Amino acid sequence: MRPVIQVSRVRKTYGSTVAVDEVSFEVNRGEIFGLIGPNGAGKTTTMECIEGLRTPDRGTISVLGLDPFRQVYQLQDRIGVQLQQAQLQKRVKVWEAVDLWASLYQKKAIEGERLLEQLGLVDKRDAWFMNLSGGQKQRLFIALALINDPEVVFLDELTTGLDPQSRRAIWDLVRGIRERGKTVFLTTHLMEEAERLCDRVAIIEHGRIIDIDRPERLVARHCPERTVVLSTEDPVAEERFRAIPGVEAVSCTDLRFTIQGRGDDLVTELIHCLSENRIRVTDFRTILPNLEDVFLKLTGHSIRE
Amino acid sequence: MMLRGLWKLTWIEIKIFLREPLGAFGTIGVPVLVFLVVGRVVGGRLAPSSLAASSFIHVGLPVLASLLIAISAVLSLVTIISIYREGGILKRLRATPLRPQTILTAHVFVKLILTAITLALMVLAGKRYYPVGVHVPLFSFTIALLISTWSILSIGFLIASIVPTARFAQPIGAIILYPMIAVSGLFVPVESLPPVLHTLARVLPLTYAVLLLQGIWNGDAWSAHLGDVAALAVVFVVCTALSAKVFRWE
Repeated sequence: MRPVIQVSRVRKTYGSTVAVDEVSFEVNRGEIFGLIGPNGAGKTTTMECIEGLRTPDRGTISVLGLDPFRQVYQLQDRIGVQLQQAQLQKRVKVWEAVDLWASLYQKKAIEGERLLEQLGLVDKRDAWFMNLSGGQKQRLFIALALINDPEVVFLDELTTGLDPQSRRAIWDLVRGIRERGKTVFLTTHLMEEAERLCDRVAIIEHGRIIDIDRPERLVARHCPERTVVLSTEDPVAEERFRAIPGVEAVSCTDLRFTIQGRGDDLVTELIHCLSENRIRVTDFRTILPNLEDVFLKLTGHSIRE
Repeated sequence: MMLRGLWKLTWIEIKIFLREPLGAFGTIGVPVLVFLVVGRVVGGRLAPSSLAASSFIHVGLPVLASLLIAISAVLSLVTIISIYREGGILKRLRATPLRPQTILTAHVFVKLILTAITLALMVLAGKRYYPVGVHVPLFSFTIALLISTWSILSIGFLIASIVPTARFAQPIGAIILYPMIAVSGLFVPVESLPPVLHTLARVLPLTYAVLLLQGIWNGDAWSAHLGDVAALAVVFVVCTALSAKVFRWE
């Protein structure tokens, strides 16, 4: 099946700054695809080129078989967009915004009231935009992005600035969008968000894509290290641990051991060793690498820096 | 399709404008108040026989008040566009199938409708407290004011394109627009201005707006003012073309 979004060798500069360089990737129908990277990496520029809001200097983009530059109105009719840090008119009421948006699309809009209900905004339908909380504003923007029953939904830094509880609620909504058969393209600098939400992610830094894959495959590829932390008073433990194949380092402070190694079998081997030698442990924890570690490994710095 | 969007956006913008008490008062209330207060003061102090006073009250004042209506509408437009740009509202609207020109046209309509409403209020207030000339062609005058406002609004878009932040929008707009009244021929005839100002007056749109408004107020036929209308149209075309080039959406 043809990908919903095809981006090929896109480059975009602002003056002498190269925002996006040689970016290529594809997004398949029905997946949640995440573009992840630190602020200023080129996520928003890439997304806005795909949405037809910016024109790339070079490269080609196709969305639903349309050219976002030449066929921008046809495209905008079929996609839903949530922009980073967007606002609405301060004193526009929730229902007025939904009603206005519903009138802008060729396709018959889905029913605004039902959408407000699904997004938990019914109580707020007469509230002014300026009086909504951060989470309510984001839910309204999701409503506006879904009002035309779009085939592809673009979400730019959707949960930035929200508290953890609202964030989780929004994640559930995004999964709901996928369940309705839509394709979701999102950007985030939150690795946890990418890991929990995205089917596939592209890591971008300094305008270039470093790697693209499923989150767990990225972790397996770039961070095969496994770490186990356990506590034991057994005097022979350290020696036994060092003998396990795959173990690379064992350190001990106050009877708490940190065992590092690589390979998926490390944990199994370690448990096997514990039971075989009847080593009594009072604590056992595995620390698995995540996208955060992948990013650190690939770029040499943390995503928050 | 797009007409539905245009109409909805215009209507929503009118409602939003009226929900902001200060903005609505500044734009609608102030010109009407200036008209009433100045009219009372000048009308009360000077003897009715004084020719200058009578001419100012009967023609100059309504034209001045109308210009204030037009300018405050334009300043309000400049401010709103800057705020909308700064808040990403323009960008968000642009990410819909709405055409950019539809978004801006809605704002022009809002301002024209408010201009007409303010003018109506002024006339009503004037009728009750302060008898102006009796045989004023109000319908033609309204059209003349809308043409003038339309033309000056295009300057507003140009200002809104250049002004960097919303904070400066209103003052910069005011600095550009209000001095135009001084050389517009409303207080001193353009012909008696020094040569430099004279030339300046001839290229500023307010001069033609004043000529048109004064003439129509006095009962001139439209045919006598086609030149003024054409000048205002040229201003509109030039400024619109320029702002189409330099207008920033974000």
